[in-house]
Amino acid sequence: MKRDIILAGVGGQGILTIATIIGLAAVERGLQLKQAEVHGMSQRGGDVQSHLRISDRQIHSDLIPEGRADLIISIEPMESLRYTSFLAPDGWLIANKKPFVNIPNYPDFELVWKQIEELPRSILIDADKLAREVATGRSMNIVILGASSPFLPFELSEFEHAIETIFSRKGEAVVTQNVAALRAGRAFAEERNLAMQ
Amino acid sequence: MKRMLLLGDEAIAQGALDAGLSGVYAYPGTPSTEITEYIQRSKEAHERGVHSLWSANEKTAMEAALGMSYAGKRVMTCMKHVGLNVAADGFINAGITGANGGLLVVVADDPSMHSSQNEQDSRFYGKFALVPVLEPANQQECYLATQYGFDLSEKYGTPVMIRITTRLAHSRAGVELGEPRAENELTLPADKRQFVLLPSIARRNYQSLLGKQAAFEEESEQSPLNAYEDADNRSLGIIACGIGYNYLMENYPDGCPHPVLKIGQYPVPRTMVKRMLDNCERVLVLEEGAPMLEEQIRGLMDATYNISGRLDGVVPRAGELNPNIVAQALAMEIQPGMEKPQIVQPRPPELCKGCPHIDSYNALNEALSDLEPGRVFSDIGCYTLGALEPFNSINTCVDMGASITMAKGAADAGLFPAVAVIGDSTFTHSGMTGLLDAVIENTPITVMIVDNETTGMTGGQTSSARGKLEDICKGIGVPEDHIIVVEPLRKNHEQNIDVIKRELYHRGVSVIIERRECIQTAVVSIKLAKEAKAKKEENA
Ligand SMILES: Cc1ncc(C[n+]2csc(CCOP(=O)(O)OP(=O)(O)O)c2C)c(N)n1
Ligand code: SF4
Repeated sequence: MKRDIILAGVGGQGILTIATIIGLAAVERGLQLKQAEVHGMSQRGGDVQSHLRISDRQIHSDLIPEGRADLIISIEPMESLRYTSFLAPDGWLIANKKPFVNIPNYPDFELVWKQIEELPRSILIDADKLAREVATGRSMNIVILGASSPFLPFELSEFEHAIETIFSRKGEAVVTQNVAALRAGRAFAEERNLAMQ
Repeated sequence: MKRMLLLGDEAIAQGALDAGLSGVYAYPGTPSTEITEYIQRSKEAHERGVHSLWSANEKTAMEAALGMSYAGKRVMTCMKHVGLNVAADGFINAGITGANGGLLVVVADDPSMHSSQNEQDSRFYGKFALVPVLEPANQQECYLATQYGFDLSEKYGTPVMIRITTRLAHSRAGVELGEPRAENELTLPADKRQFVLLPSIARRNYQSLLGKQAAFEEESEQSPLNAYEDADNRSLGIIACGIGYNYLMENYPDGCPHPVLKIGQYPVPRTMVKRMLDNCERVLVLEEGAPMLEEQIRGLMDATYNISGRLDGVVPRAGELNPNIVAQALAMEIQPGMEKPQIVQPRPPELCKGCPHIDSYNALNEALSDLEPGRVFSDIGCYTLGALEPFNSINTCVDMGASITMAKGAADAGLFPAVAVIGDSTFTHSGMTGLLDAVIENTPITVMIVDNETTGMTGGQTSSARGKLEDICKGIGVPEDHIIVVEPLRKNHEQNIDVIKRELYHRGVSVIIERRECIQTAVVSIKLAKEAKAKKEENA
């Protein structure tokens, strides 16, 4: 078993929270894990990516080879497309629908969404909207994690446990909200009847 | 046994703590910053009184570390690769003095320049200083290399370098911890002149250092960080340095069919290298950085062996390695996914919304709008982003401190007005001395210190300049009526332009301090204050 995951977004959007939750679930299972983060220059509103690898065998490289990622999980639609060369032929791309526009030449939103939806295996999810419906806008990244969860080798309860561990410091309400966000994302993916082939 | 999920940087920090560290001295710099930050946050380090406050620059850090080593304790100094240029004088000469307590010089290189101005390879410095260099390949080795490095340092009385690169520094993995051991007692060197580098003593010390080289190489031959893994298919042999080894093995999940020499300690173990060269028809060298080992093996005449690497283009000459580059060097088929769609646009980093530097640059641009462009010398920090759209405000960024000195040189050449834009942390790092040069000659330059009261670029570390800038400038000799503090805010825009314009045409040194806190640190302080207040009310 292995899962190679590219996490993508814009600096400051919080891709590392997703990585931390998946990482925690993996460690609880006793799996191997490597997670290459980005720090420094690229954090200031620029594009950011993180390579997350989990496996039951030894993981050598901190970076995922091109054409081998099982998943691209992105908090921003255009950013999800930046890394398509990493995606395996049977890999899934899960992207948030809401664009983060901080460049003058951001492409036409419709074209970006179309590109994503035309991929053979992709989910485009309005995570901001869903998050606001069941929690607060801030849980948007947890909604995306929920939508990615059918493709990850964990039970939903394992993620819920990880969420509890990470957010309990911030109080019961925050935990409940994030669990709701996780479930909403999961339901969205399941409604489309999607599962890793 | 205890297991932790640690960044390469953090594994070094935890390893050093467990190996009996008494102090870390450092100046922030990506990708090395998290080593020191980990120790600053460590409860255990705090209880033990391990020194971890930031130094003004890498040179002061290196020298303080040498002082702690002189006093017999185990100490580490950490920096990014270009920081070693600043600390080089201390570093090279520490090779000559030697160490007393274990002395580790940890340098994080940044091939591909993710957040740096060059991709220099620190292993050259290690060779230059004639000291052992360790190059761990993974987080576990990072942890082990610290204790191993301290022991090596104390065994031979020499500084030891640990060299890592971005991908290891900033990648997390599980690390098994060993048994912690006690710190050293304070003990001064037996020879009270060992650290006095008068020529007569330096010559003697240098001979002693040269005399240790054979032993250093023998240590490399026996090192747990170096390994010769033999295999049947000898049409090719592969020498893989540091994390190059990981990318190699990634391409051979079931084991490499060719002999592999994994290198994680220098000086180069020549016997191991020779074994590979003599046994394999061709040898591929994989180095995360410059072709240092490759060049050494080829020698000047490049004649005897069949060697491939960065020098013959089998591996690209510049940039970091990755699994695909290594696969290509092994002539393997790779199947990348779909090419990046053309609609995807670059997204460069930018100044945060509300950043004080934005207002500083808006005012500066307007003050300079009547003049020919090309007269703003700047420096390294968040404010370097003023080089990009929409500001296009600055014309240079070379090395920390170079804004003031380059402005001075250009002013000496006749450029007037000439402006230097420098951050507060960069100013105390190495801007102050250049300002002294300008003051001594009363060079007509306008120095704008963009004082966001923190070291913003690297994540908001305490700036040594905090609360001291006016006094420093006064002390250096800038006339008081040409040290002006303004607050870069939109509402002060017009008046700040006037100040800049006035000082631009002053025929001498002026310093304008643009003071407003970095938005990122301000948000954190407000949050902390709120939390503290809530706690207080709860208790009341
Ligand atoms: C010799 C050297 N050391 C460290 C660094 C890393 N570095 C780049 S900018 C910077 C901090 C700049 O802080 P400041 O001057 O206050 O500007 P700010 O980022 O806060 O705007 C650091 C530590 C470097 N580039 N060169
Ligand atoms: S971190 Fe601070 S100094 Fe840097 S861009 Fe953001 S607000 Fe400005």
